[in-house]
Amino acid sequence: MSGRFLESTAMGFARAITRAMESERIARQRGLLQRLDPRVRVVGLLSLILAATLTRKIGVVAALFGVAVLLAILSRVSLLLLLRRVWLVVLAFTGVIALPAIFITPGTVMARTGALQVTEQGLRTATLLVLRVETAVSLCSLLVLCTPWAMVLQSLRALRLPREAVAMLAMTYRYVFLLVETASQMFESRRSRRVGILPGAEQRRMAARTAGVLLSKTVETSNEVYLAMQSRGFRGEVETLSSLHMTMWDYIGLLLFLLAGAFAAWIGR
Amino acid sequence: MHIPDGYLSPSTCAVLYAGAASGWYVALRRLKRVLLTRVVPLISVFAAFSFVVMMFNLPLPGGTTGHALGVTIAAIVLGPSGAILALSIALAIQALFFGDGGISTLGANCFNMAIVGSLVAYGAYRLMSARAAVGDRRRIIAAGIAGYVAVNAAALCAAMEFGIQPMLFHDASGTPLYAPYRLGVAIPAMMIGHLTFAGMAEAVISAGIVAYLQVADPALLSRSLTLSYTSLVGAAKLRPVASSTRRLWIAVAMLMLLTPLGILAAGTAWGEWSPAELARGASSRAAAVRSLRPEAPSGMQRLSHLWTAPFPAYAPAFVRSRGFGYLLSAMFGVGLLLCLSLAAQRVLERQRRRRAAA
Repeated sequence: MSGRFLESTAMGFARAITRAMESERIARQRGLLQRLDPRVRVVGLLSLILAATLTRKIGVVAALFGVAVLLAILSRVSLLLLLRRVWLVVLAFTGVIALPAIFITPGTVMARTGALQVTEQGLRTATLLVLRVETAVSLCSLLVLCTPWAMVLQSLRALRLPREAVAMLAMTYRYVFLLVETASQMFESRRSRRVGILPGAEQRRMAARTAGVLLSKTVETSNEVYLAMQSRGFRGEVETLSSLHMTMWDYIGLLLFLLAGAFAAWIGR
Repeated sequence: MHIPDGYLSPSTCAVLYAGAASGWYVALRRLKRVLLTRVVPLISVFAAFSFVVMMFNLPLPGGTTGHALGVTIAAIVLGPSGAILALSIALAIQALFFGDGGISTLGANCFNMAIVGSLVAYGAYRLMSARAAVGDRRRIIAAGIAGYVAVNAAALCAAMEFGIQPMLFHDASGTPLYAPYRLGVAIPAMMIGHLTFAGMAEAVISAGIVAYLQVADPALLSRSLTLSYTSLVGAAKLRPVASSTRRLWIAVAMLMLLTPLGILAAGTAWGEWSPAELARGASSRAAAVRSLRPEAPSGMQRLSHLWTAPFPAYAPAFVRSRGFGYLLSAMFGVGLLLCLSLAAQRVLERQRRRRAAA
């Protein structure tokens, strides 16, 4: 019990770093989505996510899920990875949430066992919810896995997100890893010095102290970053490098994505 | 509490994006008055800190563990505007990079956790720690309670967003299209976990960090960092208050002009029926209530005559046009509130002068 807090938090940090590295590796592969302009990826996959949330028919959501699987295969994203990271997690989380709806949603009774009754509406709403969440999260994961973070930021800027917001997202991402590493080292050093079992109250105090130290380091780091920015002449104007240019294939890809999204939303209305 | 894609309808997501965007806009404007060059690194690194704190697996009393949001400590150290932006950026990184929380629901998540959470945490902490010295134990308790209340307020917002889905979005057969549970189920289901574990996790981390800072870094508790930078920049940089007051008056005038829009709505406001409206079933809901109980309750009939309003149903007796009646009522209401506020201001000013003279 005593070590669980230290170990599980340290494992969480390690998992986050591993995931980030895995995403960067997949984003560098030469697959279908990776070849498209990042703006096309962002707009295209967002239009499919929107279509998946707009549609009211199970069949259409299932078809969009099929599109997500196809895109994953063509983009060389391992289906095993999606199964482990997305599909099983969503099934467990949303499945548990959706399960009671099968029995408590009022409607046409399909089957009855004792006090429990399965209604047609309940079964449909539970299936629709699970399938919709699976589809939307799969599409979102494809976007995350197939696009390096720097390109996501460039696309967001191209889509007219304010410069300040893009600059803060970029800096946050950079310092997330620094602080994760710092926190990880703090936990590691604490683990290496621990002997015996710590009571719960002491563990809580230790967690709060670690967070407190991290907070002081955060403020210190922000001061240093500010001074570094000042010394390099930062005056509040944020410039982003934009080396993106659309090819004919990008326009075709964008058109196909938008048509698929609009068609799915229309037939699923 | 991170709502994934697919749980909320696109229109709910759009409304919550609009709500969150107005919060971001106000927060960014307030911080831009401070000094953009100083705010960008501060908010960014603090957002990274919030992200890391959300990963802490906290041991809780009873042998279980939970994750905190870190919204309370952000609100205490940065102030509400800084906390709104830092938490929103942390949530955006979680959604865009780690797939935790949806992209279509990012507005909802930011509205619940970053905006409602930050404002509630800041308000509760300031209220409970008012006039307490930096090293006062009351600050620790205030931070703990503020954390608990803030997380539960954010969870309640999320539960209400889930709960309205089946009421507003269902197909012809009555099948809910998004989150399937009504408010009566969604609120208890959501709140049980937050009133126990999640609220406690936030309380533990907020109180613990404040206790640590009181000893190790009390300067961080004395004044919110963004406010400290305001004093560095100087009052000259601040936008004149008059322009914001003018904008407020324009907004009030616009709202007054728009009051007749209420006439366009069909039926009557839910639960605002008079005994006569209830008796004749003025709307489908009122008719439904009437079917349960054919007569208006006796207490309602008795108390409804206790006070007769000068402008009943926003329509003064001497005005024929309903639209003009609404407008006149709005002007009268705003004027009355203005007079009351001016009178209160005058009394307070007189008291302040008397105290200063003493």
